[in-house]
Amino acid sequence: MKKEYLVLDKVEGALIELSKVHAVGYGEIVEVENNLGEKKLGRVIKIDGDKVVVQVFGSTLGHSVENTKVSFEGRPFEIPLSKDILGRTFNGIGIPIDNGGDIYADNFYNVNGRPINPVSREYPRDYIQTGISSIDGLITLIRGQKLPIFSGSGLPHNELAAQIVRQAKIKVKGQERNNFSIVFAAIGVKHDEAFFFKEAFKKAGVQNKVVMYINYADDPIMERIIAPRAALTAAEYLAFEENQHVLVIMTDITSYGEALREVSSLREEVPSRRGYPGYLYSDLASLYERAGMLKDREGSVTLIPILTMPNDDITHPIPDLTGYITEGQIVLSRELHQKNIYPPINVLPSLSRLMKDGIGEGYTRVDHPDVSNQLFSAYSKVQDIRALAQIVGEEDLSDKDKKYMEFGDAFEEKFVTQKYNENRDMENTLDLSWNILSLLPKEELDRLDPTLIEKYMK
Amino acid sequence: MDNLIGKISMINGPVILGEEMTGFKMREMVLVGEKKLIGEIISIDGEYGTVQVYEETEGLKRGEKIVSTGKPLSLKLGPGMLGNMFDGIQRPLKKIRDDFGSFIPEGIGLISIDEEKLWEVSINVKLGDYLKEGEIFGTVQETSLINHKLLVPVGLEGRVITVIKNGKYNIEEKLVELEDREGNKHSLKMYQEWPVRISRPTKERLPITKLLATGQRVLDIFFPIAKGGTAAIPGGFGTGKTMTQHQLAKWSDADIIIYIGCGERGNEMTEVLEDFPELIDPKTGKAIMERTVLIANTSNMPVAAREASIYTGITMAEYFRDMGYHVAIMADSTSRWAEALREISGRLEEMPAEEGYPAYLPSRLAQFYERAGYVKSLSGNEGSVTIIGAVSPAGGDFSEPVTENTKRFVNVFLGLDRELAYSRHYPAINWLNSYSGYMEMLKNYYEMELNEEVEGLRGKMLRLLFEESRLLEIVLLVGEDVLPDDQRLILEIARVIKIGFLQQNAFHKEDTYVPLRKQLEMLKTIDLLYERGLQSVKKNIPISKVRNGELYDEVIKMKYSIPNDNIEKIEELKNMINDFYNKLELDYSK
Repeated sequence: MKKEYLVLDKVEGALIELSKVHAVGYGEIVEVENNLGEKKLGRVIKIDGDKVVVQVFGSTLGHSVENTKVSFEGRPFEIPLSKDILGRTFNGIGIPIDNGGDIYADNFYNVNGRPINPVSREYPRDYIQTGISSIDGLITLIRGQKLPIFSGSGLPHNELAAQIVRQAKIKVKGQERNNFSIVFAAIGVKHDEAFFFKEAFKKAGVQNKVVMYINYADDPIMERIIAPRAALTAAEYLAFEENQHVLVIMTDITSYGEALREVSSLREEVPSRRGYPGYLYSDLASLYERAGMLKDREGSVTLIPILTMPNDDITHPIPDLTGYITEGQIVLSRELHQKNIYPPINVLPSLSRLMKDGIGEGYTRVDHPDVSNQLFSAYSKVQDIRALAQIVGEEDLSDKDKKYMEFGDAFEEKFVTQKYNENRDMENTLDLSWNILSLLPKEELDRLDPTLIEKYMK
Repeated sequence: MDNLIGKISMINGPVILGEEMTGFKMREMVLVGEKKLIGEIISIDGEYGTVQVYEETEGLKRGEKIVSTGKPLSLKLGPGMLGNMFDGIQRPLKKIRDDFGSFIPEGIGLISIDEEKLWEVSINVKLGDYLKEGEIFGTVQETSLINHKLLVPVGLEGRVITVIKNGKYNIEEKLVELEDREGNKHSLKMYQEWPVRISRPTKERLPITKLLATGQRVLDIFFPIAKGGTAAIPGGFGTGKTMTQHQLAKWSDADIIIYIGCGERGNEMTEVLEDFPELIDPKTGKAIMERTVLIANTSNMPVAAREASIYTGITMAEYFRDMGYHVAIMADSTSRWAEALREISGRLEEMPAEEGYPAYLPSRLAQFYERAGYVKSLSGNEGSVTIIGAVSPAGGDFSEPVTENTKRFVNVFLGLDRELAYSRHYPAINWLNSYSGYMEMLKNYYEMELNEEVEGLRGKMLRLLFEESRLLEIVLLVGEDVLPDDQRLILEIARVIKIGFLQQNAFHKEDTYVPLRKQLEMLKTIDLLYERGLQSVKKNIPISKVRNGELYDEVIKMKYSIPNDNIEKIEELKNMINDFYNKLELDYSK
């Protein structure tokens, strides 16, 4: 029988404390009810003697130490999952908010999941064609990868994510696969952003393959901590039990980090950098590391978290720690955005760690590794020459440097720039690369194998 | 002795507090709760004991039991470690997968090296022999590369009173029985236990004299690592720390590699598991997996076990060292270990020092790095432990506490540079802020190996690179054309050094590993290109002629075009350089 506790010791922000509690489990789910009969969920985050600290999902407005009933459920935070979740929308703690009724399932899944045994992982090697040249050519996305988008407020990261969802083609050993689905986790987003994604999924005709977990910016902070976990639990279920290739889009990780900081400071924990808790790294890792593939299953979880860098600062703890965990990053640049270039991807700090094993002969095309290498090194040189041109003037540059300037402009305007609804396949992207590289003098192409130059340079 | 039993009183993440724990010992291993989670006692206060738990604590209840085991966190050291992957406290991940599936549950219990596998043992002592601690009493051919030597455990000695016949046994078999002076009998098995936090004793420390040859040009020639030495590789994300560590694990000439994935990505460990069995060691012709032990505590595995994983690795390394092997240990990344310390410290509500790290961070780092060394073991063999630790500084800023403190305790510092990584210059080791303290100690080694001295040439090339960085600042202001020709030549040669020598392609079969001899010859060729060019410039031949595109390209390509097994071919290239400049000077003298 469930025991109810009627007296609290303390209410502070979203944390409540009560004492004389027995036989309660760490991480256990709690139901909190006020005198108006409103019920909220919470979770045990600390047990100290007979005292228990509970984190409440939702506001503690109107709760006093006397008018609150607390009952312990005796189970960890679990959500029911079945194939019926496809096409549905839930709030941050997995309760349907689309008037579609409850999910009935035999199996409940702990939102915290369990770490994948590294021995069971399959190393990801098959690429996902996004139809976006700068990504496919230079930051190739691999199925089972975790590749975040580092953005800033006001930059078109949502458009980019929507375009990836719309155009993504999964190929397994050259064969296109259709068993893909999308899990979308919105963490502290504005209502219009969530609306944008809903519309985008509808337009792409994938709304029946999408599961949405939405925590709006004005929803309880505590739910933000559960939302990505619920979404990833759903993704793992779809991938490893229903054999789906799942693309998980998560926005905005910065809001998640801030929620974590808020809870940490409520708990009076020792802060590390910029007030974030010392366990920010392992906490973020417990999300990101859930992406991947397993040797004995067909499905995969590919994760694209989006985060807005506060003040465009890539060394801020959230992008910084994210970069240490994820397998690369796609960095958007305000400068390119101001130049009216879409998508404003700055390829130089961007990176896909898994691409080395997923491109080239047998995967994309034989020239891909050399071409991407050459584009990177040439474009990085363009930056130096532009800096020089600012000082000495473009007129006084050497002929070679002028060629580089020309190459730089073409790279940004023809290669990086493409329309929101423009879908370039891999062949196209690589041909375009050769086209632009041909602007450079031949002796500058030191990363290209001469036989490839002969074959592809027109 | 009966096991002591305490009760859980407080739970806060991986840290729990137990009551009724009088009699529990500091650093003792305990089993926590009904699931028997593994933990370690990290402080005792009256009847209260604080325990860090190596597994997920969700679902633990107050009042559940804490059971003592009577011994500190220890490893089983014996055959069965090589080629395997373990978690932070030496539990075999392959077995866990076979028994529990793709996800790691909690409450697996204490399992370690395989207890059932039969090994072919040959004993090399006879009845009546008097054995001392650390002495070798038998061998097991563990893999085709490594002959596992069975050592008398530290602290034991005595006369051999029984000996088993050579044959196939599992690790629990009693192989030899000793009788000590007091008449006590001790049986020796194939394995011994050793607490991870205590370093294994040796006879003496020896001076460092040997290079850890890695086949990586920027290391072996410019910033060498020594056998028994310490090195740190700090770098922001995306600068290639893991890639560099993998290259070292693959190609360095240590006998045994212990690779610790400490708080890093799961896929990286999977990559090692897939790649290493297929990679062939250039010297032995065997798969390098046969000499490798992997320890994985990926970033989503329990944080307390991350703290232990570093010690697990170094203890295994010392064990192999005591057999007379040269062991290199790669810890990727020590920052995650330091963060695990910080997390536990925070939960204990200790007073933080810099950036929330505990005040004992420097002393823990020192204790770890000091376990490296070139030693004479108790059995009289020479062996070494080399530690190469990656550091992941927050924000790529080398002035943060972990990098700063690590710098104080290591001799080689290989700073990875974001700018270099952005322009895809790999390995992105910045030659301006990296250093190696072993150059002087290895002087004789180079002379013995190469019959030539390396130091002068190395110094000259580094000077050219320094000069280049100074000139580039000027170029940024006024352009390259205004520089005098001899300085422009330096820029050109520095470019050749960077592209042709320092950049090394890990994915090219000829370039991924380069023998020391070829490294030196390559550098001498670049030197020749510089000297001949300088000579021509001094004869007032314009730089546009001195810098011949085709010739320079040939030199840059030598890393691919000169095969590792036919280094003599480089003489043709040198002749080509000499011929070109002879002709050029002749043309201009007319």
